[in-house]
Amino acid sequence: MSADLRRATAAQLRAGYCSGEFTPVEAVDALLVAIQREDTALGAWLHLRGDEVRREAAAAEVTYAAARASGAAALDALPPLLGVPVALKDLVNMIGTPTTAGSKILEGYVSPYDATIAAKLKAAGALILGKTNMDEFAMGSSTEFSAYKRTVNPWDRERVPGGSSGGSASAVAALHAPLSIGSDTGGSIRQPASLTGITGMKPTYGRVSRYGIVAFASSLDQIGPFARSAQDVALLLHAIAGSDPRDATSSVTPVDAALLKLPQGDQAASALKGKRFALPKEYFVAGMEPGVEAAVRAAVAALQSAGAVIDEVSLPTTEHALATYYIVAPAEASANLARYDGIRYGASKHGGGDLLDGYLATRGRGFGPEVRRRIMLGTYALSAGFYDAYYLKAQKVRTLIARDFDRIWAAGYDAIVAPASPSVAWKFGAKMSDPVAMYLADACTIPTNMAGLPGLSTPCGLSEGLPVGLQLIGAPWSEAGLLSIAAGYEALSANASWRDQDPTDLAALGGAA
Amino acid sequence: MSKLTRAEVEKVAALARLGLTGDEVEKLQGDLNLILEQWARLAEVDTSSVPASAQTIVQPMPLRDDTPRPSLSVDAALQNAPSRSGDFVRVQAILSEEADG
Repeated sequence: MSADLRRATAAQLRAGYCSGEFTPVEAVDALLVAIQREDTALGAWLHLRGDEVRREAAAAEVTYAAARASGAAALDALPPLLGVPVALKDLVNMIGTPTTAGSKILEGYVSPYDATIAAKLKAAGALILGKTNMDEFAMGSSTEFSAYKRTVNPWDRERVPGGSSGGSASAVAALHAPLSIGSDTGGSIRQPASLTGITGMKPTYGRVSRYGIVAFASSLDQIGPFARSAQDVALLLHAIAGSDPRDATSSVTPVDAALLKLPQGDQAASALKGKRFALPKEYFVAGMEPGVEAAVRAAVAALQSAGAVIDEVSLPTTEHALATYYIVAPAEASANLARYDGIRYGASKHGGGDLLDGYLATRGRGFGPEVRRRIMLGTYALSAGFYDAYYLKAQKVRTLIARDFDRIWAAGYDAIVAPASPSVAWKFGAKMSDPVAMYLADACTIPTNMAGLPGLSTPCGLSEGLPVGLQLIGAPWSEAGLLSIAAGYEALSANASWRDQDPTDLAALGGAA
Repeated sequence: MSKLTRAEVEKVAALARLGLTGDEVEKLQGDLNLILEQWARLAEVDTSSVPASAQTIVQPMPLRDDTPRPSLSVDAALQNAPSRSGDFVRVQAILSEEADG
């Protein structure tokens, strides 16, 4: 029973709670037992709400029992994620929990308030299991820049889970949670989803409130879901999406009710007939691993066999997106991270010398190497005499990147299909000494962020035994459409041998302690 | 494009309020110069007639009523302060006795 509950999707958990086949307490216990046994080896979690989440699960079970006694209408009226466990990336404030953003500069910080998405998840009945590991301030592509611990990929303990949301991705891939929350500034949801073999979505810029989320680059950051099925991603997105009076950048565009009724199985597969997909040649970049390209092209061929029309297209500005991003994101980060001054909260090294000495010591010691690098880049890009050459230039190239995508939607395409990452998961340390090599890991995901568009990664096979992700990119606000396509691809590939495969090192995680 | 000198790296670190060791400055000088080579490629793109975009998803900006709402209590707002004095965050003096006069 407990092994099955670890595997259950959010949709399956909800159905089982309603029928009385199992309870939220049983589901939470199954996950907590697994986490207890395996997280020493996995390293996905920074904070667990063990006893609190058990109490909340017991309360959810009382609510289900009462509704069962009243009949089907009462069960249908219960919040959609009632009793469903969710993990939060450790940059989401939740009252009474530590929030570190993976940084020593926030060590000991306890959130005095709820992020809007934390409040929404509570209102939707979700059980917050805890907080997950991440690259410091979401800056990184491997989670190796966490100031706290290493998170491994459950497919190979010698390899990274991707990043920056590596803890949330590994937790879902290793069956420690059915759902988790990540953030995606340049690919930090889609790339780790690809590397760990799960589904992750970056919604349209403004789709999800960022109130109470630790900021990295404010014109790019977006919060989104991870899960092991498109349907579950849709359920979690529905719970967190929507306008928020506390976040002026959140959109009033209505949340799509179709997210709650995503087509499944044959219905989803047959809906692919007649869909038009654009295959951008620039995404098959030099240096892309042949096994990744083969898996992505096989997935595209499967979509074509199901009746979709595939056209090769060109997005010519793609090659300049990386440089554009690595000006805009550090520039915004250098401004956002100015708030860590050691005075109002967080680690502090004030007291010796004067006020300036306190700032220099607090920030010089509190931030890790990658965050320091980005702050330096951003400060330089915005400094007197260089603004026009760098930041303003990047904002102009950004316009061209957006126009590339606009032409695709104007031509009537339903989605762009592309790889989510040029490689499978790499070995620890492989890119740590070369920042440019690490930055190139996001080459396939960054253009989407520069244009504010929604994108997802869904598993499409293995290369040398490691997961490969198919990326789908859509027009603004097309999340439900993209997830329907992903559900269709899931149905098409339901009988593929890799679909049934557990992460290779999953069984070994428990024995490693 | 010219390369960043050590003095320029130190100046940027001072602007960013980052206290760095000599080794860290040296490492950053190398890293930043590598990344600046990537940035330089943007000069290839003709943007002479292109407007800048701060954001690409253009949204209406709805206004809300300007009515008072509850905010954090003083204790909640101060719970993470490294140093507190009563209802205040305690900071180092920035003016000396002599400067006051």
